[in-house]
Amino acid sequence: MAETAAPKTSPETNLSLRTSPAAVLRAAFETGSVPGTVELSEITFLTMVGLRVARDTDAGQRIASVTGGLPATCGAVSGSGDTSVLWLGPEEFLVVAPLEAHESLGGDLIQALREALADGEGQVVDLSANRTTFELTGPRSRAVLEKGCSLDLHPREFKAGTALSTEIGNIPVVLWKTGEESFRIFPRASFAEFLGRWLLDAMREYASPEVP
Amino acid sequence: MLLISCPNCGSRDETEFHYGGQAHVAYPENPNELNDREWAEFLFYRDNTKGAFAERWLHSTGCRQWFNMLRDTVTYEIQAIYPMGAPRPDKAAPAPESGTASTAPDSTTTGTAAPSIAATSLATSTAPASTTAPEGATK
Repeated sequence: MAETAAPKTSPETNLSLRTSPAAVLRAAFETGSVPGTVELSEITFLTMVGLRVARDTDAGQRIASVTGGLPATCGAVSGSGDTSVLWLGPEEFLVVAPLEAHESLGGDLIQALREALADGEGQVVDLSANRTTFELTGPRSRAVLEKGCSLDLHPREFKAGTALSTEIGNIPVVLWKTGEESFRIFPRASFAEFLGRWLLDAMREYASPEVP
Repeated sequence: MLLISCPNCGSRDETEFHYGGQAHVAYPENPNELNDREWAEFLFYRDNTKGAFAERWLHSTGCRQWFNMLRDTVTYEIQAIYPMGAPRPDKAAPAPESGTASTAPDSTTTGTAAPSIAATSLATSTAPASTTAPEGATK
């Protein structure tokens, strides 16, 4: 029986054994990025937790005190420190936290959320492996996204600090505008390679001088 | 391409939504007592309205919530959007098929009357609606 128990591993070993969904594209992202114009990279293994809880219940308020608030409207992002909560639906939220917050690396975020929910009505699910994160930055990043996204991405409509579920290149993603010229894109893991290649293709024209 | 105004997310492209068929088709109270004909009518038989038609939609790429929509099947004009469980906002009950000449003025009159009724029904019926159909979809 003793052999069936999982061997104790250190956080470093856990991390070194993991392969991120777009790892095969790491070199392509580096060569395809155009410094100062538009740059693409993958942020690996962010901790993500799916929350389903009503904001106005006791459980919702306990969870809000752990995450630093739950967003009330479509597009809103709340949170404290480096933990952010994205609005996905009236009773559905996505917590995005750094890699170190995951329990396999010694973090306690998910456990704290589970304890906050306790026996309240709702769900706390570790979704860290569900999606990966692309970061698209640079003055041309909006132009790249506009090739395959039907949202109005103009800054007058889509403000920094908002996140919306939408489709980019026909891939369902959560698009989070983290700064005036930086976006985080959360595609599901199985779509990551396709979307990575799609974005690289969309970025290619900006590597050449503009044709007047 | 329709621009559909999701009650939670605002205006989005039609491609983000899924169509859910005719709205207000109640599940039979005693399914066991239906004969085959009645059961088949519940399962498969739907109105094929020319004019205002109440239908269900799901914002599948966005907030993943269901809602009802009153749409003109001729002009594609969206006359009202209201929560699941709420009654149909236009008073013109789904009239049985009649000549096209008589339905055309009907659809225009409901079109002008719909918005005010839709607003009141939205305000009064949000509480019961949230405890019925959409609740099951989120849990």
